[in-house]
Amino acid sequence: MTQQPATEPVEALPPSLPPQLSPRAIVRARRRQAAARAWSEYRRSRIGMVGLAILVLFIAAAVLAPVLISSSELDVTRATGVPLSPPSAEFPLGTDESGRSVLALTLWGSRVSLLVGFLATVISVVIGSVVGIAAGHFGRWTDSVLMRITDWFLVIPFLPLAIVLATVLGPSLANIAFVIGITSWPGTARIVRAQALAVTSRPYIERARALGAGDWHLITRHILPNVVPLIFANTVLIVAVAILSETTLAFLGLGDPLRVSWGSMLDAAFTQGAASIGAWWYLVPPGVAILLVVLAFTMCGQALEAVLNPRLRGR
Amino acid sequence: MALLEVHDLTVSYPTRAGDLPAVRGVSFDLDPGETLGLAGESGCGKSTMASAVLRLLPQGTRTSGSVLLEGEDVLAMRPGRLRAVRWTEAAIVFQGAMHALNPVRRVGAQIAEAIQLHDRVSDQATAIRVGELLEQVGLPARQAASYPHELSGGQRQRVMIAMALACSPRLLIADEPTTALDVMVQAQVLALLEDLRRELGLALLLITHNLSVLASTCERIAVMYAGRIVEEGPAAKVFEAPAHPYTKALADAFPTIGDRASRRHPHGLGGDPPDPRDLPSGCEFHPRCPVSVPVCPTLDVELWPAGPGRRAACVHVSDRQPEAVTGGAPTEVAP
Amino acid sequence: MTATQPSPTASTAGQGPILEVRDLHVHFGARRGRGAAARAVDGVDLEVRPGEIVALAGESGCGKTTLARSILGLVQPTKGEVLYQGKPIGRGTSALKPYRREVQLILQDPTGALNPRQSVYESVAEGLRIHGVKGDEETLVADALARSGLRPPRRFFLNYPHELSGGQRQRVVIAGALALQPSILVADEPVSSLDASVRGEILALLLGLVRDLGLSILVVTHDLGLAWNIADRLAVMYLGRIVEQGPTEAVLAAPLHPYTRALLSVIPEVRHLEAQILTGEPPDPTRVPGGCRFHPRCPALASGDAARAGVDDRCRNQAVPILRGVTEHHAACFLTDESVKKEAERRQSTRGAHAEGPQ
Repeated sequence: MTQQPATEPVEALPPSLPPQLSPRAIVRARRRQAAARAWSEYRRSRIGMVGLAILVLFIAAAVLAPVLISSSELDVTRATGVPLSPPSAEFPLGTDESGRSVLALTLWGSRVSLLVGFLATVISVVIGSVVGIAAGHFGRWTDSVLMRITDWFLVIPFLPLAIVLATVLGPSLANIAFVIGITSWPGTARIVRAQALAVTSRPYIERARALGAGDWHLITRHILPNVVPLIFANTVLIVAVAILSETTLAFLGLGDPLRVSWGSMLDAAFTQGAASIGAWWYLVPPGVAILLVVLAFTMCGQALEAVLNPRLRGR
Repeated sequence: MALLEVHDLTVSYPTRAGDLPAVRGVSFDLDPGETLGLAGESGCGKSTMASAVLRLLPQGTRTSGSVLLEGEDVLAMRPGRLRAVRWTEAAIVFQGAMHALNPVRRVGAQIAEAIQLHDRVSDQATAIRVGELLEQVGLPARQAASYPHELSGGQRQRVMIAMALACSPRLLIADEPTTALDVMVQAQVLALLEDLRRELGLALLLITHNLSVLASTCERIAVMYAGRIVEEGPAAKVFEAPAHPYTKALADAFPTIGDRASRRHPHGLGGDPPDPRDLPSGCEFHPRCPVSVPVCPTLDVELWPAGPGRRAACVHVSDRQPEAVTGGAPTEVAP
Repeated sequence: MTATQPSPTASTAGQGPILEVRDLHVHFGARRGRGAAARAVDGVDLEVRPGEIVALAGESGCGKTTLARSILGLVQPTKGEVLYQGKPIGRGTSALKPYRREVQLILQDPTGALNPRQSVYESVAEGLRIHGVKGDEETLVADALARSGLRPPRRFFLNYPHELSGGQRQRVVIAGALALQPSILVADEPVSSLDASVRGEILALLLGLVRDLGLSILVVTHDLGLAWNIADRLAVMYLGRIVEQGPTEAVLAAPLHPYTRALLSVIPEVRHLEAQILTGEPPDPTRVPGGCRFHPRCPALASGDAARAGVDDRCRNQAVPILRGVTEHHAACFLTDESVKKEAERRQSTRGAHAEGPQ
């Protein structure tokens, strides 16, 4: 029987791409197209766009803080306002107990809160992903050992451990980020492990092994690409948790005493008894800021979930 | 009166890019106690049609035509009547039935569910009936206490059949009941279906892409392609002397062991099943047809007579000559 | 792409086997406290010669998949060895790497076998990149795709698996295997998840590869019709052992082992045997029956044929010896041995009678 050529593929080459490009370049172009598609899908979620807008606003504010308000405003020795005075023309959000502008504090505080939040998230996600992928892919005793370690960290109450570690390590931004990261990776590890387990048992992994692939190739070329979207969506939620954790630790007085963060503002406000003397302008701005940022991350996370899981679209 | 009469059934799925026609004007009858085999591959619309008979299609699907079950049009029934009719008059054993069992409930409970949804029966009577059903499909009654993962593929398929028989329907629709099973288990399941048919007087609509399975189990065969029936007739005749070239391709796909013509000579069909959104003009099969003639892309094919009790939608039979497309029965090798 | 291997000629037929399996056992360990190990492969001898297609047939649970994976080095054998060109294959990913260029795998489900995030080009090039094959990657990929019937190959470079049909996906998988220019393909149910009309195309492709490239193929399948379509030799497995082996025509036209006969008889396309539907299913590999492992379901034992031949006692109590690497038609069955012996004796006596004069 003469061998008839198989018919053409269902979709022809995208007309926008010049055919002379090498396959690698075209693959990159295709990836860009896929990213563009994901973005337009994300845009369709109003919640996602609102969340993104809020985040962009806060990040821009944090980055531009030195431009908008000079750091000298944070200097206690140069404070010019009346301590704990309500909002006025000169101080739109009132003053703290040293006479500094609460607006300046909130703006500058965002830098610390966001930075620590992001740093802690990076630590947490990296540890969690490595552990999760190793446990899911290698399985057997590697899995058992790693999962017992994960369980250990999961079971230990966050606050006591964080307090102990912060006390031992000393209060600095890096240490706080480290403490938060070290205590929040188990969640990521479990999720990543589940996905890695699922991917590792798929037939194309076996095919790659039969082709001669070693574990490094399998992990980097097959498992990681399939796990990254999940990690990404999870990361967004972890940032929210990390920022809240930083707030908690700073509120408890474990943060860097020389730096202003939203948590430390709340701590100071509490110490001053701001609630009982009715100095709402000291409590509300940092509180609302935290609320908005965490909410924004959650909204983005929800929209991302819909983008990455096509079955949730159109809800 | 025929048990099942399908008249000009058309089913389309609405999509963003327009309607996707899955079934395009299918008509056939099934008498009580009769077996009809429906042959076709993925995408031809056979599963859609099976679901349509019990109106189990997803929300928003557009249907037209009629499906008369014991004289009543299923497509026009009120929801209450439909629920009463489902399972008691006709039941389906779905494709991939083995995965249709709830893994956290015992199989006996799942069969019981089917019974209790239709009748107010006491728990004790239900348990007895479940035991009877299991025995009827060749499983010991005590298997009712097993979970699905404790059973083998063949046993799960039997449980699905037992579930389908729970309300003593007169029509059983089996969609690819043996596709994932081993040859021996497949033979057991087919023998079971045949026994049930005899004992209970069931009518059987058997859907699969393996034409030889249909040829050995059914009285009549209808072949579907691109949402339409392209050939129908008595099973043995259709299998041994196909009138439509697609039927011939299906028949050749699984060789007769012992037939010299297929030894080291697999027969395949080039190309792919057509995309329902972009069907070829005229006869939908013409791009892949080994015997197409210039008139095929322009001709509006319909089922023309192709011998006693046989019809085929092919231009080569339209002049009323009951010829097979090429050759006759495969030659056998003397053992 | 010029064929780098010679096409099969009379000279290669005389060569020794390119792949040999000797006394292979693969036992999966007992779960903690749960009793016996699962004897998935329980003593198998098999060989594949250059340029031939061997079909390994059996029902699910018979161990054929495990055997195929041991041959590929994906599963470590408990005992026995796999020899490629006379030398044992290694253990561990790096030791197996050179071997893996020579022996490639084609999986059952083409949809699962391709990473949905990789384009066709990347899937086919993967093997080339793993082994660091020199040469123009694009040309090698295009050649492999063309060899598996996807023409013009460059048109398919950028497609993703979900844009292709089942048959096309399987061709991509085959192209991925061919890109490394292997000498042996191990195909695990290559067509069982494809539509009927596509089946013949893929099988014809496999036949063509043997003819044009001199490949050898080991096909694992439950479909005896597939063996009839393309295989030179057929080995039937039951519960971890090969129960019958031989040239395809011989085994399918006149099966010796009762299991093969029963399996053949229930295939709808088979006309020359009366259907023998066995009851129940093959037992669990953790509970292999004593004596002949098939004896609890054997129709010959149940019907009394075995008793009449005087072997029923052996069937129940004596283990059947492993079928050693043989290429003539042979079955691991006491009854068959008896029948063959009696047939030989009958011929001897007839010859003796002739020698004494005309009857």
